[in-house]
Amino acid sequence: MKGFAKYYGKRIGWYLITLVIAIFLNFLLPRLMPGNPVQTLVSEMMGSSTNATAAEKIMQQYTEQFGLDKSIPEQFIIYVGKLLQGDLGISFSQFPRSVGDIISSSVGWTLALQLPAIIVGWILGNFLGAIAAYIRKGVDKVVLPIFMFISNIPAFGLAIVMLFVFSLQLKIAPSGGAYAPDMFPNFSLEFIGSLISHFALPFFTMVLTTIGGQAIGMRSMSIYELNADYVKYSRFLGIKDRKIIVYVFRNAMLPQITGLAMSLGTMVGGNLVAEMIFNYPGIGNTMFSAIGARDYPLLSGCTLMITIMVLIANLVVEILYGIIDPRVKAAQQESEN
Amino acid sequence: MKHQLKQAFSSSKFVLGFVLFSIMLLLAIFYPIFSPFDPMEMVGSIFYPPGTYVSVSDTVQATYNGFNIDPSEAHLKAALSPENREKMKNWLVRFGGVNEADIDIEDTVALVDLWDAHYSSDNPQEGLLSSEKKSYSRLDKSLAKAKTGIKTALYTENSDGEMEESLIISDRDYVRVNDVANTVTLPLGADNFGADMLTKLTNSIRVSLQIGLVAGLIATLIGLTIGLLAGFLGGLVDNILTFLTNIFTVIPSFVILILIANSVGQAGRGPFVVAMIIGVTAWPWTARSVRSQVISLRNRDHVNLSKLSGHSLPHIILNDILPYVASYVVMALILQVSSGILAEAQLSMLGLGPSTTTTTTLGMMMNWAQQYTAHLSGAWWAFIPVILSVAIISFSLNLMNTGLDQIFNPQLRED
Repeated sequence: MKGFAKYYGKRIGWYLITLVIAIFLNFLLPRLMPGNPVQTLVSEMMGSSTNATAAEKIMQQYTEQFGLDKSIPEQFIIYVGKLLQGDLGISFSQFPRSVGDIISSSVGWTLALQLPAIIVGWILGNFLGAIAAYIRKGVDKVVLPIFMFISNIPAFGLAIVMLFVFSLQLKIAPSGGAYAPDMFPNFSLEFIGSLISHFALPFFTMVLTTIGGQAIGMRSMSIYELNADYVKYSRFLGIKDRKIIVYVFRNAMLPQITGLAMSLGTMVGGNLVAEMIFNYPGIGNTMFSAIGARDYPLLSGCTLMITIMVLIANLVVEILYGIIDPRVKAAQQESEN
Repeated sequence: MKHQLKQAFSSSKFVLGFVLFSIMLLLAIFYPIFSPFDPMEMVGSIFYPPGTYVSVSDTVQATYNGFNIDPSEAHLKAALSPENREKMKNWLVRFGGVNEADIDIEDTVALVDLWDAHYSSDNPQEGLLSSEKKSYSRLDKSLAKAKTGIKTALYTENSDGEMEESLIISDRDYVRVNDVANTVTLPLGADNFGADMLTKLTNSIRVSLQIGLVAGLIATLIGLTIGLLAGFLGGLVDNILTFLTNIFTVIPSFVILILIANSVGQAGRGPFVVAMIIGVTAWPWTARSVRSQVISLRNRDHVNLSKLSGHSLPHIILNDILPYVASYVVMALILQVSSGILAEAQLSMLGLGPSTTTTTTLGMMMNWAQQYTAHLSGAWWAFIPVILSVAIISFSLNLMNTGLDQIFNPQLRED
């Protein structure tokens, strides 16, 4: 148990360092803008507006937030200090709401949509890949390529097509949002029904785009395993195929868990833009409106939130992997000695 | 090299991917040359549907050929929208005393016959508003007009500047499409600016491929350099580089992409700059895989021999390491090109794509279709071909990659 704690302590420490670097990038990149970033931001945001008092107020707030009169390390300490208090600044496009408030109201929607979609897509993809490797023939030659093609459509592209077909042509799905616009969130059956009907289309879009990529990886891994010596030996011993397959697929699954962690960032990125197409009130949509309104504090808050979510997801995957894979357990034991 | 190419073309997946990719590439290069339009030219107007458009003035001036075909049925069909058919059915059931089961709204002739037999504006039509009654009588009149045929007179200006009837056009006169002097063909309709979709699409495919290639080359070059150095040198250099690589694998690259693209600002974001930004954020996984390949090569005999012979570091890397990872790097490049194209589309959808008025990319086209709510207008031609192009390019590159993978990893072979 001691090795276990030590191993994960190290990993969590590593993720904390990564988080600090991510926060630093979030802080630094906007400050590398040519010229005076505050002036650029204000003039870009104000556009054709001629309200001088508003411009001055915003300018003042930006200057305060950026702390431009201080040195970069000092600025960073102030930035982190504010961050630790949960202070992400005040949104300009939705004044006077705070960025933290806007993000906390949208992060739940994103989690509720993307987490199940990625997990279901991953499971179905692995299932399809395993079947394709074992049965070959039709599944490998027809079904798998179809899903591979679908997974090459960017999630937001598939989102537009799904919306067009199911919402506008067939009229069997709502055209966007998380619930009917004439409803208020409550615990009635009617409201939950509306939630589910608005959830279905984005959910299936994300699942469909996930399946193919996961299936192709699982197929390769399963073929490797099916050709391994232990499979041949087991067959030679007369162990039933059904029993061997359980071992084969369990072994093939392990690298797939790492694969999930590796592709998490890309998947989340595509899904966030799909969220925007479905007008789903999650982080993706918030980020889009922040970019459109040149609301810099809100955009910065969104990117930070997304990074933190992906980092946590990666850490969880890594911990799960350590629990499942005996080789990692062995490594933990080794570090104990 | 020749041998490897020959091997690659023996894989059916690689060949299929190569053919698909070549088709897109050839389309992108040659269509804009032969297209009568400029990609940015606003020929028509917002969301014209695909088809051939003939000049009305030229059509009436062209030679007429009489045909013995009764045009009334086609006219009726064109006059009767699905809503009007539904309306007629409702009326017939409510006031005409017709059994609902006897009405087939798809059968135009039978429906109109039923209508003629039962409809009369003198019917009391109880329960209908007067405006509804009027709309039914208008419908009846338009049907009568469609049945009797429309005679059209053509007036032209004479030498005195007066309008003079020059011709009566019967509804059985036809004009051969080839005889019309001015026609415009929009194979994929027009986009929101009224530009020819196909010309714009092929131009966008070319620009997107260029962006993907530049981004892919930059990412592969950075990844290869870092992977080679980390894997070959080992020790402290490896530790630092691996630490960096791992960090940037976990921090989602599109977040950094968004931050940089946003910081560069609208004015500085040309297509080439966007490609560079994508390239410098996409290298980590290439570096990771190159490093692990190099580590397995580092202690091979031929590398040790080279070291003993006193060859310099660049010499060893170029001659003893690189040839062994070359096939792998090509595969990584293919995937980087594909993800570069997707990254551009994603950035553009968020409004952070290339800002230019002289050319277009696939992402920009999708963004415009989305901004102008093409899907709400039913203008499928404004977004489905674009999405399909992205998918086909990405699919073909992935197929090529899978095909190559099967050649270089013999365990994955089909038989």
